[in-house]
This record gives sequence, C-alpha cells and structure tokens, in this order.
Amino acid sequence: MPVKTVINAAGRSVPLEINGKPVIPFKGVGMHKPDGRKYSPPIPTCSDYPDDGNKVVGSLEEALRKCGLCDGMTISTHHHLRDGDLISNKVFELASTMGIKDMVWFPSASFPCNDPLIKYLDDGTINRIEGSMNGPLGRYVSEGRMKGTAVLRSHGGRVQAIQDGEVRIDIAVLAAPTSDAFGNARGTGGSSACGVLGYAKADYMYAGKVIVVTDNLVDLPCFPMEIEGNYVDYVVVVDKIGIPEKIVSGTTQITRSPDRLLIAELTASFLEISGILKDGVAIQAGAGGTSLAIAVFVHQILKNKGWKSKFGFGGSTKYMVRMLEEGQMGFILDAQVFDLDSVKSIENNPNHVPYSVFNAYNYHSKGNLTSMMDIMILGATEVDLNFNGNVVTHSDGYLLHGIGGWQNCLHARNVILPIPLFRDRIPVIVDEVTTLCGPGELIDVIITERGIAINPLRQDLIDSVKGSGLPLRTLKELKDEAEKICGVPQKPQFEEDIVAAIKWVDGTVIDVVRKIKTV
Amino acid sequence: MKKSIAIAGNSGPKVRSDCEIVLEIKSDSGLTIDLTSKVRVLYGESIKSLVSELLTFFGIKNAVVKIDDSGALPFVIAARLESAVKQLISTDLEYLPELLKENSYYTTRDRFRFSRLYLPGNTPGLMINAGLHSADGIILDLEDSVAPEKKDEARILVRNALRQINFYGAEKMVRINQGRRGLDDLHFVIPHNVNLILVPKCESADFILQVDKEISEIKKKFNLKEHVFLMPIIESALGVEHSFEIACASENIVALAIGLEDYTADLGVTRTVEGNESFYARTRLVVAARAANIQPIDSVFSDVADMEALKQNVLISKSLGFEGMGCIHPRQIPVIRQGFSPDQTEIEKSKKIVLAFETAKLKGLGVVALGSKMIDPPVVARAQKIIDLAVRLGLLSVNWIDELPHDEN
Repeated sequence: MPVKTVINAAGRSVPLEINGKPVIPFKGVGMHKPDGRKYSPPIPTCSDYPDDGNKVVGSLEEALRKCGLCDGMTISTHHHLRDGDLISNKVFELASTMGIKDMVWFPSASFPCNDPLIKYLDDGTINRIEGSMNGPLGRYVSEGRMKGTAVLRSHGGRVQAIQDGEVRIDIAVLAAPTSDAFGNARGTGGSSACGVLGYAKADYMYAGKVIVVTDNLVDLPCFPMEIEGNYVDYVVVVDKIGIPEKIVSGTTQITRSPDRLLIAELTASFLEISGILKDGVAIQAGAGGTSLAIAVFVHQILKNKGWKSKFGFGGSTKYMVRMLEEGQMGFILDAQVFDLDSVKSIENNPNHVPYSVFNAYNYHSKGNLTSMMDIMILGATEVDLNFNGNVVTHSDGYLLHGIGGWQNCLHARNVILPIPLFRDRIPVIVDEVTTLCGPGELIDVIITERGIAINPLRQDLIDSVKGSGLPLRTLKELKDEAEKICGVPQKPQFEEDIVAAIKWVDGTVIDVVRKIKTV
Repeated sequence: MKKSIAIAGNSGPKVRSDCEIVLEIKSDSGLTIDLTSKVRVLYGESIKSLVSELLTFFGIKNAVVKIDDSGALPFVIAARLESAVKQLISTDLEYLPELLKENSYYTTRDRFRFSRLYLPGNTPGLMINAGLHSADGIILDLEDSVAPEKKDEARILVRNALRQINFYGAEKMVRINQGRRGLDDLHFVIPHNVNLILVPKCESADFILQVDKEISEIKKKFNLKEHVFLMPIIESALGVEHSFEIACASENIVALAIGLEDYTADLGVTRTVEGNESFYARTRLVVAARAANIQPIDSVFSDVADMEALKQNVLISKSLGFEGMGCIHPRQIPVIRQGFSPDQTEIEKSKKIVLAFETAKLKGLGVVALGSKMIDPPVVARAQKIIDLAVRLGLLSVNWIDELPHDEN
C-alpha cells in the first residue's frame, strides 16, 4: 500500500503515518512546540504490593506473566550492560515460548549481542524495534525483512517520546547490577557493575509495569538508589544479568592510527587557536579512539595553560577521569561509563556524578545540559556540502548505527566533527547525505586530515582562526580532493518502501530510510 | 606447462586499501569478473570497467578475474591486476595511471633530510596518507620490508604509487634491492618522478657506479633531465671501512646513511639504546660524509612507542654530527624534526656571536669579543651555520639583524 508522503522542512520526503500512527514531519530546529500535557502511567496502590516490601518473584517468566504480558505489547530495556547484556534477549525468548506475537522492542540501544533477536523478528514474536539497529539487525531492517517500520530516536528523543506519550511502555525490564527486594537499584556493585543506570529513568517512571532483574540482591536499602523501588512492580533474581568483560571494556585506548592522531592533533590546535578552549570550558567527547586522543591533547593544553574545565559530560573514560584526578576538570557528569577506571571513579570520587539523560537531553523540558556545553566532539558517517550530518546509514545505504546522543549534542555552542576524509575508499563528504540525522545549521566545524571546513554561518569562528596557518578549506574543496583520490562513487539504489523513520529531538520525522534495492 | 592461474595482492581480515586478484586466462567465453568488495555498492561498476580496460590493454579477451577487495584505490587494483597479467604473459607493456601534476616536483641537493619515513613497498594502506605527516622524505621500500615472493608485485605498486599518490612535497625516495634485482628495480621507478634512490648494504663504490650508470641510461632513454639523487646506506663493517670511498663514488650522492640493525648483526653484538657498540661506525660515517660534503644520516630508532627514548637518541645523534634520521612511524617525525632543529638557546647564543662578529667587522676590528671572551673564527662559522639553519627552517627571519631593537643593533 502506497504511503502518503510530504516534503518536510529539511526537504526530505517523509510519511504522515508510521506503523499506523500519525506522525509530524520535521518543521525546522526549535519550531515544533507541542501543547497538551505529559503522558501519565496508571496510578498504583500500595495495598496491591507486599507490606514487607519483598517484591521478589521466582522467575522472569513469572514476573512477565504477572505483568500481563500479551500480544502487541511494548517492552523496554536499557543498554547499560552494553554488549554483555543477557536480559533483553531472554525476555523475547520467553515471550516466544509463551506464544506472544507482534511485540515492540524499545531499547535505549542495541548491541551485537542482540543479533539473536532476528529469530524472534522472523517468527513474529517481535513486530518491530524502535531503537538503534547495528550490524546484522541494521542489515535485516535495510533489506526490508522486519514486519513493522523501525523508529530511530536519539537518547533524548527516546525520553521525549516516552514523556509525550508517543511510545507507551507496557513493561520495562530493567537489568540492575545491584538491587534490594523492594526494587531500589543501582549500577554499581556485584559482578555485573556497569556504573550508572541513567538511561533507565524514563522507563521506570512511565512504564505500565516495571521489572527489576538483578544478580546481586542486597538487604534493603540498596544505596545509593538510581532506580527507586516505589516505581517497581517485581524483582527477579538470576544467576547472571551480564558478561562482565563485555559490559565495560577493561580499558579504552586512544587511537594508534597516525592518521587519526593527526586529526586529533589538528582538532586540539583548532580548539586552542580559535579560543574555544579556555579556562572554565565545558567539554564533551565520546569514547572513540580519535575522541580519546583529542581528550589527551586537550588535557595537555589545559595543564600547560593552568586552566581547568568546569565540568565534562560523559560517557566517561579513563582519560576524562585523569583530568578530574589531576585537577584539570571540576566535575564529571555521567550518563554511562566506558571502562573500569571510570567505574572505579564514579564509585569513589564525589565529583564524578551520575547524571540522567532526562536532565541532559530531553528536548521537551525546561532546558538541556547540551546547550550549555562549549565544546562538543562528535562523529558522522557522512556530512554533506550543507554541513548536514548522517550517523545511521553508510554511503551504501545500509542502516548500521543508532543515533545515540548525537542529535541532542548538536545543540552545544561549538559542534566539531573530526572525521577522516575517506574511510578505506569511501568518501565521507557527499553532495547530499544518504540519511539526514542532523541539520547543517547546528554543525559548526568539520576537521579532516586534509583540512578544516568551518560552517559559513559561524563567521565568528572563521575570524578567530584567520591567519593562524590552520589548513582552512571549503567542504567542496575537501569533497573534490577525496573524489580525486577515491573516484566519484555511485549512489546506492533504493525501493520505495520505508523501512525506518528517523525522529528529530522533538519527535518530528526528519528523514526515513528506504529498503535497499538488492541486485 | 605454462602457468594459467596467477594471484597478486593481499586479502584478509586485517588488510585494508588493498585487493587480491586471481586471474585465469581462458581460450574462449569472454571476460568474467567476480567481485567481492566492501565498496561494491559505491565503486562496483568502476572497478569492473577498470579491470576490463586493463585486460584489453594487455590484449586479453578471455579470462576469469576474481577480486577480493578491501577498498583498494584504482591505482592499487591496476597494479595488482598488471602483476597477475605479467605472471602469465610476457610483455613490455606497462599500464600507467595518470601522473599527478601535484607530484611533478623535484628536489635539491641541499634540502633538509631530517626525517625520512619508511613505507613497506607492498602495503598500499600505509602509503595513501603518508605525505600528510610532513616528513622531509618518503621512502617506498622495495628491499627488506617486502617478502621475497612479493618483490615483483611491489615494484608495480610502487611505480603506480609514485604516479598517483600526492606526497605533499616530501622528497620521493625508493629503496631498491641489492645486486641485479636492485638495478632492475630502477626501471620501475626512475621514469616515474622519483627524487632519490636509497642503495642498501653498500660495501664499495662499485655497486654505486652500476646504479649510477643504470639510472643515466634510463634517463637518456626517457629523456629525463632532472636530478635523481643517491643515498647509500652503510650496514656492515666493510661498508664502514669504505665509507669515504662510497661517499665520493658519484656526484649524485647527497647523503650517506647508516643502518645499525645490520651493522650490529655483522659485528655480532647487541644493539643498545646507548649505542656504544656503534659509536665508532657512526662517528666514522659522519666524518666520511662531511669530508665528501654530503649529509650524514643516522639509522632508524625502532621502538615506536617510546618517544622519550627517541628524543634522547636524536640529541645524541645530532651531537655526533648527523643531520637526519630514518623513521618507521609517522609519530616519530615531529620528534626528529624538533631534535635536529636548533633550539631557542642555541639560536640566541649564535645571534650574539654573529652580531659581535658583524659589529667588529664594521668597526674594522680584527678580534671579535663577546663580553670578556675572545671568539675564534670557527666559533663564528658554527654560529653562522646555526643561524642559516634557523632561517631556512623559518625559526628566524632572514632580516633578523635589521629587525633587532635599535639598542641591540
């Protein structure tokens, strides 16, 4: 059945309806202001819960049954156990044996460990995934094999969708490294410690039913509590919620690639020369090898100048922890931790504080942390001549990544994308992004190993580095250089069918991904 | 029986920017191309048309070509396929990719050769961005970094790389093999814009003369006018003993390098960080090079992770009189460059000496004094050398004397 589409404010053709529900096309940055009130979950009553506070039930299956698991339900999980998660897959394995159909999986992110879920997409247990899709799951969706249409949201967009009632979670199944019998839970302690549980907050506050699954049951009260037990229906104790070595990497490493180091060095020089990097700066950088190298170079500059960053926003790594410990950073605010040094730091350092995505990223709230950040280091699979960015598909048209916090972070004062000009033979700068995830007006600087392009909208930045000797180029010049080396690529071919929708931070549809035409 | 299947190139989980080609020439049924590539969606058609164009060029109409591609650039694919073709048919034809205009530059005898980055000649992934790291020279190595069975295909790859990779102004160097193979290597690089040839394991002037002769014949054949310089590498006790003779063997020699891994092996001693075992050889080589008025260049430092040790090594090297060093990792380049450049204290001291000399000259004084110290002519000469170096490196303005505040002038 052909779907009705319109051209949205970003010039992209998007449908008015997804999975049978009406959606709003993207209207422009900051243009969509919904009215009405937030969604509210049903009102519970204490008399339905045990007075002694013991909510432990025998098994996950029993908990799911007690929650009234049935066809068409939306199940949410968080991704704090990363690639070591043993719980998400277990939910659908049980649902499949119980004969449940057409469910919606609503994770805060997916990992390669979730690839076995393809089986339950095939057998009809799951209708669709609304969350990130990587590797084989992305391929599955791109080839049009998933029954429903995928919906990709940023971390903040996910919170917004829950809060605004666009997604109604029937059951939140929340793995917790430590919990008491009442359901007070945290991300530290036990053998599956993941540090923080920031991504689970909207889930437990808004879900119809909440199940906490732990492998480390402690006496009440579990403290400090990131999940508050009075939101929790059932507690399940299992042998293992995750595989420790896959939850956090033992250690994160800066890139060893000389080319990436060159990009990192150029980025640090740009930050210093432009004056963006200064005393009291607020910084966020990711956990990729290049970002880590930038953190190391930035740390050195702060040290040499005797400056201090007032705070950094995680995901934290040992390189950020080092800044905190050596006095070049005042606080780390953290929604997730990436390595063991960071887990240790958040357990022991009072200035390393868990911080939920609620406060940082939700666009339908009274302000976001991201707009207060001075320096935001992000990546992209593609950037086009208008500075638009893509993070979900590759140039070959396949869906391969989630949005993560990327869209939310675009609201920072200075958004900087250090990216190689081409990966293997694949140029990163294109005429038009395959999938639009972030409007170019929010992306300020592209730094490649062959030059720096500054968005013409940022005349202030252009002026700040004039005559500095930094290799300034236009995106067109960089694109031409890449194509001279790699050749001009063909475009991937798509069918009409929409396989995934890309939401903007305000819940509007900024773009869609179409089914790959296979030859 | 004549071979009918050829394999060239590299594939595997760790290989990037390369491809492996299996070519089978058939007697009929036209051309079949079986392409596995991670860039198939973006470049599948262009890869196939390149393959068919190249095979047509070599007059091959019927063949099965299997390509396992990990994002190889066109000049790499062309090199791999040409290597496969040449395993099966005998031909003098060469399928030459376009010679980049940006790369048509030549170098001068006295340019800086502080750092020269070694790149294995059969690993295209390391070559593509090599010029970005600001090494004074880029060495495409055909000798020790290439496995014996890959020597033939490396030549073709290096030839194409010289024509197609923008090295952003670095001196384009090739290290050839020893003996007959080395002389043959020259035919693959001399006509393609190489600036300097490194001649390994030199033990006498004899091989240099052969290399020189071969180069001039190739240059004559292709009507090439620009200089191709030579840098012999001394890597044995005999080489050290003959170092002056080698340094003087040809007027095309601009530098003399030492290779300490082989030298210490020849002596049967362990190579240490302190380098006492090679002190004599290094000093001897510096003296020979200086006597022949060419640049003495030190060996590579092989611990790529230890930048502090590298820095110390460079300082020792500079103090012995060397003017440059090899690199095996791009991160070593800035350390080496900085180490061989004069530091601020040296420049300031030299400025004072040169200024005192100029002032004395103006006043017609025969004796130069700085404070209470008399300054001998060699001291002035050394100071002038440092000043010249600083000016050439952009650390000091060429008009620095005029730009001094008036009371100092």
